[in-house]
Amino acid sequence: MTEVVETASPKVSKIDTREARQAKIVGTVLIGLALFTGLVFGSDISGNATFRLSRPTDPWALPNLIVPAAPFNYIVAALLAFLGARQFLRGGVRWTSLSLGIGLALVVMAFLVWATADKAFSLTGMLQATMVRAVPIALGALAGVLCERVAVINIAIEGMLLAGAFTGALMGSLVGGWGGLLSAVVIGGLFGFILAALVVTYRMDQIIAGVVINLFVLGLTSYVSSQVFAEHRFLNNAPVFRSWKIPILGDIPVIGPMFFNQNLFVYGALILVATATYYLFYTRMGLRARAVGEHPRAADTLGIDVYWTRYVHVTLGGMVAGFGGAWFTLGSVGRFDENMTGGRGFIGLAAMIFGRWHPVGALMAALVFGFADSLQQKLALLNTPIPSEFLAMSPYIATIIVVAGLIGRARAPAADGKPYVKE
Amino acid sequence: MSDAPKLDDLSRKLLERAAPGRAQFEDLVVVPVFAVIVALILGALTMLATDVDLPTIGRSYVALLQGSVGSLNAISETLTAAAPLVLAGLGLALGFRTGLLNIGAEGQILMGGMAAVIVGFSFPGAPFVLLMPACLIAGALAGAAYASIAGYLRAATGAHEVISTIMLNLISYRLIDYLLRQPWIQKEGRADPISKSVPDSAELPRLLEWIDPNLRVHAGVFLVLIAVLVVYWVLFRSKIGFEFRASGESPDAARYAGIRSGLIIVAAMAAAGALAGLAGANQVLGVLGRATPGFSAGIGFDAIAVALMGRSHPFGVLLAGLLFGALEAGGRQMQVDAGVSIDLIGIIQALIIVFIAAPLLVRAIFPWGFRGSDKAKGPTP
Repeated sequence: MTEVVETASPKVSKIDTREARQAKIVGTVLIGLALFTGLVFGSDISGNATFRLSRPTDPWALPNLIVPAAPFNYIVAALLAFLGARQFLRGGVRWTSLSLGIGLALVVMAFLVWATADKAFSLTGMLQATMVRAVPIALGALAGVLCERVAVINIAIEGMLLAGAFTGALMGSLVGGWGGLLSAVVIGGLFGFILAALVVTYRMDQIIAGVVINLFVLGLTSYVSSQVFAEHRFLNNAPVFRSWKIPILGDIPVIGPMFFNQNLFVYGALILVATATYYLFYTRMGLRARAVGEHPRAADTLGIDVYWTRYVHVTLGGMVAGFGGAWFTLGSVGRFDENMTGGRGFIGLAAMIFGRWHPVGALMAALVFGFADSLQQKLALLNTPIPSEFLAMSPYIATIIVVAGLIGRARAPAADGKPYVKE
Repeated sequence: MSDAPKLDDLSRKLLERAAPGRAQFEDLVVVPVFAVIVALILGALTMLATDVDLPTIGRSYVALLQGSVGSLNAISETLTAAAPLVLAGLGLALGFRTGLLNIGAEGQILMGGMAAVIVGFSFPGAPFVLLMPACLIAGALAGAAYASIAGYLRAATGAHEVISTIMLNLISYRLIDYLLRQPWIQKEGRADPISKSVPDSAELPRLLEWIDPNLRVHAGVFLVLIAVLVVYWVLFRSKIGFEFRASGESPDAARYAGIRSGLIIVAAMAAAGALAGLAGANQVLGVLGRATPGFSAGIGFDAIAVALMGRSHPFGVLLAGLLFGALEAGGRQMQVDAGVSIDLIGIIQALIIVFIAAPLLVRAIFPWGFRGSDKAKGPTP
């Protein structure tokens, strides 16, 4: 990057070299993956991998998907090698994102086939679990999108999820599931409002404000759960929302169980993602919000109230995160444990960047994490020789690869993280 | 409130440099003291709200004070708790000064501690003068190497360090779990993941064992003091420190001045990782004696708060680390004496940081007594 300083248009050439370098890194990674797939997944396996697509009781049952293991993996390895080599040729830069996406998907498939060779595996069950596990991450990421589109960095997603989970358990035990859900959303919104107040009105550093809210919520919820819940068990015993099967749609093979036989939180997350996409990119209010994120001074000049817009969106983001937090208690186990979100908020933050600050992208990224999460659980049943810790690591390694390979070109809202002082 | 003259930024900064009078005193002394007091009051209100009666609240704060500075043992505990916080906090401060938001201290601590343990038990016969420094260096190198991954990716591809360090944290937890199950690391005859113990010749010696064998304060405190001075010197007196700060203040200006930004990013991350790795080595060699899953115990995250509270200045980090160490040590005493959960300390810590990091908020709550300086904070990460 140093040599470009002297050139006439440093910005352009800088981006060029960076993209070229990314293309080469991605190419190397893909070739490495090809070797890995060929040597590890391809060798010394035999027989067929059987994937069960539906249960025998389903009204429209699909036959099992049977894949010959070794040939399939050799083909995958060859494809990966081709994609990798393509990156080094002229024009490889254009294909970086697509190649990487396809490449990683192929590796996952090869891995699944390798792990299930000579065995049977319920694909549908895993996809259903994927959706469930993606929900809190997707909602956290969506909260992040809403905040960052108005240029407020929200590190506090973790704290907001935790606050939602806690409130869901407490109020759910006192007034029932719906009351608990509503309170979780309100409390999430409250913390969103506090974040907005700290960073917009009191111009506190946004990262510090987020870290503080995380610390505070973790301290408060852990304190109350060890001081109060330990003695009064009935305060931590909330009802759980069961899954509702949508008639007809829920019976479609594979897709049905994944999307249409789930609980409230899955439907809520899908609806919220759709609404947020429409709102941000197809309505006047959404355009204004994005303007505030890109160039607050220009937006202000045009008569948009920057402070108000930021307050509204950060509070909305908090409400979304509160809803996502309620999943931990009202959507799964019904009781609160200390620090039960376990870093999902940070993964949500990663999913947001991974998804390029777009609600649908964030959902997709969340699905990737959810997939890895459920994969790791189901694979324990299949007895693979790879240590489970490495399987657990793989989504995080994949995230790093993807972020390094792609994000150079995705861009955060221009004013992200900067306080705005009205003149 | 608006008695401050409306000077533009530049002249105000010049004035501040010329006359470091009341504003600095207020910022550096009055605001933190005020923040601690208000946070303690709000902590008491929290206890009231959760049905703790007044005498117990009084007892718990007495215990908090006694447990942190009330006796030799308390001070020893405070220093022991503060040491890793300061070390990791220094690393994070260095990153913040360079404009890098390193969330990954937790993972770097784990890797550093693990490396120190492995070197420690691998050479049980080596003499103290060789083995102990070797363990520390191994810890620092492991932390530096682990952090450099994020630094390199940031420099080479623009991958945001927040994401990569968070992911590296998550990876390090799994990696430690895996390593602790390996037969050459796991303690003989144990089924649970726990490493072999480091030999005595690798441990940081306890300083006050001759008074009372229970005093845990160890030679790590000297390590901390040296680290504070070295970081201060590097940051404010050396060329590379200037390059760190220049890149943090204005990356573009730094690049046009011929500072190699990529190299600086990797160097800053490596230095931050080395300090965090030292913090991990300090824990395993001075306190724990071996590695267990999650032995970092959230130090890496508390260190973020310490670095922010110390305004990314080495001496500030030292003081903030001591305060957090005192709260930690006192909190344990509070839990034993008054039966109030130590988690209350988390609330108090968060409130302290809010009041320190948001001077505008403090002034909004208490309009009197604070001059209306607009100085918001130290460097922005």
